Amino acid sequence: MKLRALKAAFPNTIPIMAGFFFIGITYGIYMRASGFPIIYPTIMSIIIFGGSLEFVAVEMLLSPFAPVSVFMMALLIQARHLFYGLSMLEKYKNTGFKKLYLVYGLCDESFSINYTANIPEGVDKSWFYFFVTMLNQSYWVIGATTGALIGSLFKFEIKGISFVMTAMFVVIFLDQWMKEKIHISAFIGIGASLVCLLIFGPNSFMLPTMIVILSILAIFKKPFSRLEVEK
Amino acid sequence: MTVTQHIITIALCSLATILTRSIPFLLFRENKETPEFIKYIGKFLPSAVFGMLVVYCLKDVNITAFPFGLPELVCILVTILLHLWKKQMIFSILGGSLLYILISYLL
Repeated sequence: MKLRALKAAFPNTIPIMAGFFFIGITYGIYMRASGFPIIYPTIMSIIIFGGSLEFVAVEMLLSPFAPVSVFMMALLIQARHLFYGLSMLEKYKNTGFKKLYLVYGLCDESFSINYTANIPEGVDKSWFYFFVTMLNQSYWVIGATTGALIGSLFKFEIKGISFVMTAMFVVIFLDQWMKEKIHISAFIGIGASLVCLLIFGPNSFMLPTMIVILSILAIFKKPFSRLEVEK
Repeated sequence: MTVTQHIITIALCSLATILTRSIPFLLFRENKETPEFIKYIGKFLPSAVFGMLVVYCLKDVNITAFPFGLPELVCILVTILLHLWKKQMIFSILGGSLLYILISYLL
């Protein structure tokens, strides 16, 4: 039963494999280039298992200790997972003990596969979901670990490597932008960050930025709710 | 930061992730209507957060001294153009980053 589910799950994860290996390797190299022990990327890819946050965590680990800001930022970056959970309530029903891991590993990619997959007749659904999640996480962990090993080979500093994070968020931002008709939220995000950066400086502007963004969204909930955002 | 502070920072990231992934399963029953505020935040928050993260990545760029943030600007534009052209995430990230690394060595 398990083998059958694994065989059905694997082909669905192939496109994710390439992406996770690449971004995972980049992440591992970046972690090493930032001076962290080889074990960090492996551990972080296992216990955080969220790509965007792990990249941001590199910056956070390099900055002065700020637990409140870290926690709030992590919540905001990961907030989108709330909707994955809401959409998967029905599908992850009756999955038994596996549900714990399914929820733990509910990243963007596992969500998109498990939400849309047509599971063949006779394949156990809960094992199918389980293997999709597990395969995706193993690509990510293997990628990050490989990257850390490759990073250890460079005895010199890789100048400009941190730009991979900038490029990654620019691409995600652009993808999000192209899905929208109205870009008001994008402008709020960039505007609030720039204003707070000017006022509070690079080391302490994130917490005020997040408060400003959430306040604006809360204050203008009524007019904004009426807008058709998505194309 | 000390190693203990590293561990706390990583643990907080993990906790936040687990919370956002598990809250729906803990709070909401199947077939129940999603709360309106959650729907609203779901529509409006992602763009703001990713916009904020782009600015976060650029927070240490000094635009008042040479090279005035020009390498960042050029490489972001290149990343955007590559992405509009091929719509392949890996390709766009790799293109923009390699150009940036190259410029960093040349300057």
